[in-house]
Amino acid sequence: MGAHPPFTPPTSPSFWRSPLRGPWLTAVLGTVLLAGITLLFVTGLLSYAAYNPDLAGGLNDRTPGKGLLGLYLFPWPTGPHWLYRLTQGLHVTVGVALVPVVLAKLWSVIPKLFTLPPVRSAGHALERISLLLLVGGVLFECVTGVLNVQLEYLFPGSFYPLHFYGAWVFMAAFATHVVLRLPRTVRALREGRDPRAAADDTGLVAARPDRPTVSRRGALGLVGAGSLALGLTTAGQSIGGRWRRIALLAPHGAGEPGSGPNAFQINKTAAAVGIRARDTGDDWRLTVEGGGRRVRLGRADLLALPQHEAALPIACVEGWSTDDRLWSGVRLRDLAALVGHEAEPPGVLVESLQLHGAFRRAALRDNQVRDPRSLLALRVGGAELSADHGYPARIIVPAAPGVLNTKWVSRLTFGEW
Amino acid sequence: MRERLVRGRARGAGAGGAPGRRPRYGEGPLHLLLMLASFALAGYAGVRLLAGGQWPLVLVWFAGAALLHDLVLLPLYAAADRVLVRCLPEGTRHRARTGYVRVPAAVSGLLLLVWFPLIAGSTDPAWVAHYEATTGLPGGEFLARWLLLTAGLFALSALWLLCRTVQRRLRAASRRRSETKQRSADGG
Repeated sequence: MGAHPPFTPPTSPSFWRSPLRGPWLTAVLGTVLLAGITLLFVTGLLSYAAYNPDLAGGLNDRTPGKGLLGLYLFPWPTGPHWLYRLTQGLHVTVGVALVPVVLAKLWSVIPKLFTLPPVRSAGHALERISLLLLVGGVLFECVTGVLNVQLEYLFPGSFYPLHFYGAWVFMAAFATHVVLRLPRTVRALREGRDPRAAADDTGLVAARPDRPTVSRRGALGLVGAGSLALGLTTAGQSIGGRWRRIALLAPHGAGEPGSGPNAFQINKTAAAVGIRARDTGDDWRLTVEGGGRRVRLGRADLLALPQHEAALPIACVEGWSTDDRLWSGVRLRDLAALVGHEAEPPGVLVESLQLHGAFRRAALRDNQVRDPRSLLALRVGGAELSADHGYPARIIVPAAPGVLNTKWVSRLTFGEW
Repeated sequence: MRERLVRGRARGAGAGGAPGRRPRYGEGPLHLLLMLASFALAGYAGVRLLAGGQWPLVLVWFAGAALLHDLVLLPLYAAADRVLVRCLPEGTRHRARTGYVRVPAAVSGLLLLVWFPLIAGSTDPAWVAHYEATTGLPGGEFLARWLLLTAGLFALSALWLLCRTVQRRLRAASRRRSETKQRSADGG
């Protein structure tokens, strides 16, 4: 076996034997992550804006203490109607598919964790603390995101503040890391080959490499195969149609619940949020309020109002969405007109019968109320709404996150929060 | 110039500094500015991240994720890979053969890692009841689906290996035939 020392600690450069490690592999993985994480950050920020968190004194806001981190917020548009479906589908699907790239990137630089001396200078010490925020941050974001889409709410606290503030801590370290490493990354990609260990300035090239069992391109192929498999078993829950059938491991993949026009994905069933049949029976009344006026309407009254149709999807923050469904019901702006808001209706506060859930009261902005496709839907695909899809009446607004499409609506208050 | 701003003067021996005396900071002024800006922003968000009552747990999750990955997950899969490489026979085709097992095993492992709550949950009746009551979808199938996907991945890899082996043998046989022909032509 040769004259190997009996034990080589990981702090020794000769402990790390893989011939794959080197600036080129790390640079390629880093470049993929630079593009991917930038996309995740932007779509994540858009998702927060899509909730209209600054509306109604922060009624839709799960991170009201955001301070300057909310400076970029803007009124979320209602078109194109698939906007949130696209941005949030990308956020979750790309996030899941990037997990192998993150793991490979961390593998490629693991010898640096054990370098001696642990701290060379004050600057090196600061950089190592920053790297803890970088590595802890990326894994924290992966874990909270991946658990949340699987309805596994084990994390300490509510998902929204953890994932949102965690993202900012991570991005602070990420941006610094990108600036510091970009020149070396570009050089590694230009050179296309790794230096020999003796000439290596990155500390990644193995001093005593093992015989290779796979090429560097083969290793990248393995990472790509992992991303492809995760992407293929996830993307269908966002793309819908036939693709949903192959989303075998996604929480809202593989099939649709039930049959008939109401057979499409459900976020929370009626039973799960405490809706009882007697609350939604013939005694159910919708209260419409605003400008000092109040109207109470039964389901027959609503069906007697002008009915309009809109083909719109449901798109959840968890990344899944439905294809466009043909909803029919009363336009929100027609309901606003009932209480005197005729020309330019204001925003609306929507309240649900549901007993649990953070969004049983939610606010919609004036642009959402005014869009002619925004409905208080009574029917879908030509049939009555099912209990799980919000019977007797639900909100459907183009491009809004699913939780703002309130089900089992009991009260609409226009212009007053 | 840029490199110098970030990294400072050539480490150890600054051109204008006293020879042999290392600057205490060890990096350039841009490095320090970036670090300070980064920590200030991380602090601004971090205070908010830790504002809830469960802040010690949040810290544990944040640092624990890094520790668990670096000291448990990575050594585990690296060791598994080493065992695989050692188990397969040495030889000229050794390198290629490793990939045929490594790729499906790694892909299956990744699927398990990411979807572990669903896959493990689908064996627990209480979890299945909760999932079904929430989504209206069948919740007991995730383990079966993962096993079938894993079977499919290994079967696909086996089929590929088989095709490559047959292709190689056929090529070798035709080369031998043409060499024999060549020799008999030369000899005749």
